[in-house]
Amino acid sequence: MASPRADVTTKIILSAADLHRVVDRIAHQILEKTSGATGTVLLGIPTRGVPLARRLAARIHAFEGIDVPVGSLDITLYRDDLRLQATRALGKTELPGDGIDGRRVVLVDDVLFSGRTVRAALDALKDEGRPSSVQLAVLVDRGHRELPIRADYVGKNIPTSLAESVRVALTETDGLDEVKLTGGDK
Amino acid sequence: MIKHLRSAADLDASTATLILDTAAEMAALAGREVKKLPTLRGRTVVNLFYEDSTRTRISFEAAAKRLSADVINFSAKGSSVSKGESLKDTALTLQAMGADAVVIRHPASGAPHRLAQWIEGSVVNAGDGTHEHPTQALLDAYTMRSRLGRLDGLNVAIVGDVLHSRVARSNVLLLTTLGARITLVGPPTLIPLDVAAALAPLTKVSYDLDSVLPDMDVVMMLRVQTERMQDSYFPSAREYSRRYGLDLARMRKLPEHAIVMHPGPMNRGMEITPEVADSSRSTIVEQVANGVSARMAVLYLLLGGKA
Repeated sequence: MASPRADVTTKIILSAADLHRVVDRIAHQILEKTSGATGTVLLGIPTRGVPLARRLAARIHAFEGIDVPVGSLDITLYRDDLRLQATRALGKTELPGDGIDGRRVVLVDDVLFSGRTVRAALDALKDEGRPSSVQLAVLVDRGHRELPIRADYVGKNIPTSLAESVRVALTETDGLDEVKLTGGDK
Repeated sequence: MIKHLRSAADLDASTATLILDTAAEMAALAGREVKKLPTLRGRTVVNLFYEDSTRTRISFEAAAKRLSADVINFSAKGSSVSKGESLKDTALTLQAMGADAVVIRHPASGAPHRLAQWIEGSVVNAGDGTHEHPTQALLDAYTMRSRLGRLDGLNVAIVGDVLHSRVARSNVLLLTTLGARITLVGPPTLIPLDVAAALAPLTKVSYDLDSVLPDMDVVMMLRVQTERMQDSYFPSAREYSRRYGLDLARMRKLPEHAIVMHPGPMNRGMEITPEVADSSRSTIVEQVANGVSARMAVLYLLLGGKA
């Protein structure tokens, strides 16, 4: 791990309050675009997609009193870059009890970047069942897509350079809510 | 992650726990309609079996196939080994064919260690002589953890032919690494004093099965190898069975939650009675299913990353 350098810039993109508002908005958009979340399942992609999916479900419940099934979908075994890195530990895959067949699945992740994670998620989903449709919700879209993939719900679009990195922190996994942009040119 | 799995001693507590956690995820995937995963597509796993084995070879084959690896089965019978080819020449042949992993079962203790010096891929020990059988220990540990919820502090009796058992040796190494307390039980001829002394820092030894049962969470019965019966390690099969066989009366001495394990193949009526083997406490069939998950975890962790 490199030691923090003084000349590396860090910018807060979303504060805790911003992040909560963004989650609220996505929850409303999901309700709107899925006619009240009928037949809908939220699947978070580990690590941070899972708490985000739970938060969306909790907000949807608060707004409309609807319980949307939530699960997690680990995509490690479907990655196309396994050979490029050391072996990765697996995350949890837990589908809701009624499964995903014939449902509208909303995949939830923290950052949309190359699109390769989403491609892997689509492959994993295909082996789990046959959803009627699949949508994608992300907290941050930072651009630089390498595949023809787009999100249906975007919390915030952040134009980035490849030298920068987007760090999403969530209370459940990191002890605080925050989105930061670090690195790049000053 | 380690490159080879030659001995249970290759695994420290965190690596062993990572394998068990990975096995749990693999087991969860086994319940799906589509069991196949694309993870090891394009990788080649060679099953190199110099000894007869049904369950271990099939288990490794199923594990590799579920991860989409190409599997080549090589058994010594009917191969160039029967024409006198040495292990080294066979290894070089496999190397030339581009094996990413070689799963080896061999009657000579230490064969996997030698093999690892000759080939570039990973070597997985699937049983070598009377030395070790690490994936059996992993699936046993996984079975205990899924039935009893933990390994740390568990009391485990390993009963039978400890002297010749690679299953016992690998289990002692792995389970003590993970915090379990082992008691080896068997006739003195099969747990001689030098073996007991060598294992003394890790395990207790008892020659009386009845007295240890009330304290055990797990009883693991080892197979009595029929070839040993000619070697006079014990007077007769009946006497062995009377003193060290697990029957219903003995099973009742175990605590309510305790489980009964056996690595298979069983000699029903010898080390274990059919009533015990088929009881709800027996995990023998579960162990077979868990074997595939544990071996998938090992293959993924050895082959899934950057070579």
